[in-house]
Amino acid sequence: MSGFNYHKASDVADAAGKSSSEDALPLAGGMTILPSIKLGLSDPSDLVDLAGIGDLKGISVDGDTVTIGAMTRHADVAGSADVQNAIPALAAMAGGIGDAQVRNRGTIGGSIANNDPAADYPAACLGLGATIVTNNREIAADDFFKGLFETALDSGEIITAVRFPVPARAAYEKFPNPASRYALVGVFVSDGPAGTRVAVTGAGANGVFRQGDMESALGGSFSADALEGISVSEGDMASDLHAASDYRAHLVGIIAKRAVAAAAG
Amino acid sequence: MATVSMTVNGNAVAADVEPDTLLVDYIREHIGLTGTHVGCDTSQCGSCCVMLDGDSIKSCTMLAVQAEGAEVTTIEGVADNGEFHPMQQAFHDNHALQCGFCTPGMVISAIDLAAKNPDIDEAGVRRGLEGNLCRCTGYHNIVKAVLAGAQAMKG
Repeated sequence: MSGFNYHKASDVADAAGKSSSEDALPLAGGMTILPSIKLGLSDPSDLVDLAGIGDLKGISVDGDTVTIGAMTRHADVAGSADVQNAIPALAAMAGGIGDAQVRNRGTIGGSIANNDPAADYPAACLGLGATIVTNNREIAADDFFKGLFETALDSGEIITAVRFPVPARAAYEKFPNPASRYALVGVFVSDGPAGTRVAVTGAGANGVFRQGDMESALGGSFSADALEGISVSEGDMASDLHAASDYRAHLVGIIAKRAVAAAAG
Repeated sequence: MATVSMTVNGNAVAADVEPDTLLVDYIREHIGLTGTHVGCDTSQCGSCCVMLDGDSIKSCTMLAVQAEGAEVTTIEGVADNGEFHPMQQAFHDNHALQCGFCTPGMVISAIDLAAKNPDIDEAGVRRGLEGNLCRCTGYHNIVKAVLAGAQAMKG
């Protein structure tokens, strides 16, 4: 690995200050940034560890909202009775990220700040109409994800929590890459106060996206049958050695139907 | 350089390391415990699994400085006064290894899995070990061993 300075932030303001220079990066669970540094894909001057900031951890349910601290690990979300009760699809999604060891380190904040085009959490945030809370503002998920590995976050802006409205029904289905467990195609669907939503990860050439035609159809009838005949544009799909764009487009339709059937069931 | 202190297998240890030193390198090269293996070095194979504050993690994908103050258990620390841990014994009894390279990580992951899921079934074991690869393709006996080890751990 290339050399970098390491800082353990004492609180969010400290983290924001120390990570505001151009080449500094906040460090959450490290499940992406550390492999990226090892592979030479990232070369930060400074890593600002958020792990010591107690305010960023934990899960709370208040009426119709589930709030998850940015440094809450996937294993904690998956195992949370509160999340399992309020939004079982979210708990199940977290329990299917990567492998057990990734879930024991990886965090919700780290995942969405990274916005990997095949990560699961971006689909859950977009598919549930979440709000991303930072040290400066609140950002609707619809405005947060800006393409491949890009978000609305400014330099030195730290995610503190993610708020999820509790849906009437929701489900997440994914077709995992058999080697990496990243989503080749993953579809998060929900129906509730945030509307009828279909968010797709893994497939899009420009990262996570909402599928408007499917949302319209499900708004009329929330059933897998309502998706019959809706085609997904091959031209908008990613194409790589794992799957060609036509295969991904086909899979989006299949996986979306499975997700709707699971949510409606 | 930073001085990093932690507890490894019940012993307080400390070493001066660069910030980019991986936990696995700290364990192997600074502490001298080489039972924790480096296989892929890309957080896929699980040979480097250790327990960190009660959870299995991949020590090739964690900085030593991130483990400051943590309690770490490596494969050298799971036996009790020369007696195999029940999961180690189950691996032995079921011939759950061929070359043995993946075994330390498999055993650590299996102990974590069984401790958190005492009544785990075969499908649960196969899913729970997704983060550990055996290139001898010996999964059959590994799964048998983890099921037996889980039973034995229940005492």
